[in-house]
Amino acid sequence: MSNHAATFEASVAESFAGPSPGELLRRRMRGHAGLLIGAGVLALIVLMALAAPWLAPQDPFAQDLARRLIPPVWHESGTWTYPLGTDMLGRDYLSRVIYGSRISLLIGFSVMLISGVIGAVLGIVAGYFGGRTDLVVTYLITVRLSLPVILVALTTVALVGSSLWMVILVLGLLKWDRYAVVLRSATQQVRNLDYITAARAIGCPTWRIIAGEVLPNVSSHLIVVATLEMGSAILLEAALSFLGLGVQPPLPSWGLMISEAKAYMFFSPWLITIPGLALFALVLAINLLGDGVRDVTAPEGRG
Amino acid sequence: MLQYALKRAVLALLVALTVSLVCFLLVNLSTDVATAMAGEGATAETIDAIRKQYGFDRPLAVQYLEWLGRATLGDFGDSLYFRTPVAALVAERMPTTMILGAAAIGFALLLSIPLGVVAALKPNSWVDRLTLTIAVVGQAMPTFWFALLLMFLFGVTLKVLPISGGDTWQHFILPSIALGYYATPAIMRLTRSGMLEVLESDYIRTARAKGLRNASVLFKHALRNAVAPVVALAAVQLGFLLGGSVVIETVFALNGLGYLAWEAISHNDFPVVQAVVLLISLVYIVLTLLADMANAWLDPRIRIG
Repeated sequence: MSNHAATFEASVAESFAGPSPGELLRRRMRGHAGLLIGAGVLALIVLMALAAPWLAPQDPFAQDLARRLIPPVWHESGTWTYPLGTDMLGRDYLSRVIYGSRISLLIGFSVMLISGVIGAVLGIVAGYFGGRTDLVVTYLITVRLSLPVILVALTTVALVGSSLWMVILVLGLLKWDRYAVVLRSATQQVRNLDYITAARAIGCPTWRIIAGEVLPNVSSHLIVVATLEMGSAILLEAALSFLGLGVQPPLPSWGLMISEAKAYMFFSPWLITIPGLALFALVLAINLLGDGVRDVTAPEGRG
Repeated sequence: MLQYALKRAVLALLVALTVSLVCFLLVNLSTDVATAMAGEGATAETIDAIRKQYGFDRPLAVQYLEWLGRATLGDFGDSLYFRTPVAALVAERMPTTMILGAAAIGFALLLSIPLGVVAALKPNSWVDRLTLTIAVVGQAMPTFWFALLLMFLFGVTLKVLPISGGDTWQHFILPSIALGYYATPAIMRLTRSGMLEVLESDYIRTARAKGLRNASVLFKHALRNAVAPVVALAAVQLGFLLGGSVVIETVFALNGLGYLAWEAISHNDFPVVQAVVLLISLVYIVLTLLADMANAWLDPRIRIG
């Protein structure tokens, strides 16, 4: 974190040297392959989730024991009726994978919203006011980091009762630490800059300085953390569901699908590779987008 | 240094106390312990009897202090599911998780430090690109899925490694790789950026100007300074890995703390859950304390500033 101030100054200096900052930003975005690929794949998955009812060839919940464990179409015994085969209950796997994207994205967005608000408020307040407020927030962050997320989440969800919304709530209440850490240091760097001092000098109320001056200037950090944390929330939900204590059957959560298929993986390996690949592709796209945004907004901060 | 160490130790103690309170409340606020212990279909009288017998009818603060007092003496009560003292259960399962954690962090360091160093020496070379790819893939890979793929490849297709249980050292290979891979991206990135920073510093230029051999500059001067923060990070990452062991131990049926936690959570075995969560948190607190001390010892700016 120590080189952030230098990074910030350097990026300010650079934006004065080049054409216009906006033009530079656009140029960097076009030249960044990771960002473009990440954004593209993510857009496709979001479209897939939105259009799930039209894209899915079958009902993802319809069971038919007569057509259990049909392999995907690229196997000899596969058929185009079930392009990705069927699972142990005879449900169309392609339809389940398509509907599964809705659960992962819903979890990712909702957890991001809850933990983002908590973490951003804590981080900005700590960074802006400093002193005792900062001590308290830093203490809270330390305590939170000491608790193993996955174990605490498993315990709470198991005790209160597992459901999609419970998973979202628990993960949202747990995963605010990185927002707080990053926004705290970002706010500390801007709080004594001239325009903030000026706003204070003309008697601007504190909440307006925070909302109008601080927030816009730390927003690029917020976007980067939010993107990367969304990927991590999706992976956590998958792990909880895999352990049987997250999203409950018959919902087609990708983590749960892998868990259900575990017993069949030796004879029907596609049952675990397909949802795993879907998860991997989604989180990879989100992370590439996040890394890309970071590179583009602060190209010196790479590494 | 002593003053910094004392301050840091007091903070760690405070954090540990707060964490113990969270562990206690986590169970007691999430559910009614007596009802859950009585099981499904229990009558109100049974629940009341349990409440009296275990003292759940007393105020939470009293229960917490009593639990904490016993916990500091190593007494976490009896497991509801295994019917044995929690402390004995934990002691029995602890070594497996410690071996797994140590092997996993060892694997992560062995993979990421050499790659990170070479990547820093030759930025934008193929090694640098490979490092970046490993890091990006590692961050997006679901741990349990990676574990299943390893199991499938080495255990089922190639049939070279055991995939379930923890009887021999071979049983630990796949779980350690699956768990350790999770820690590689962070360590690799820090090694690379630390090394890049050190290589640009004045004393490296001086060392080169003195005419020292390249290898001597790299290993005696540069690496030693770049690796110090990496070791501290590795300690913190080890703490995270212990938390993540619940997933890996469940996949590979390794009888460690993580597996114990999963069994306890699935069977509403509160005393065990509380003990394991507290224990893993404490290990993390101690590891971060040690890492901070090491960093402060190596870098005077931290302990004075």
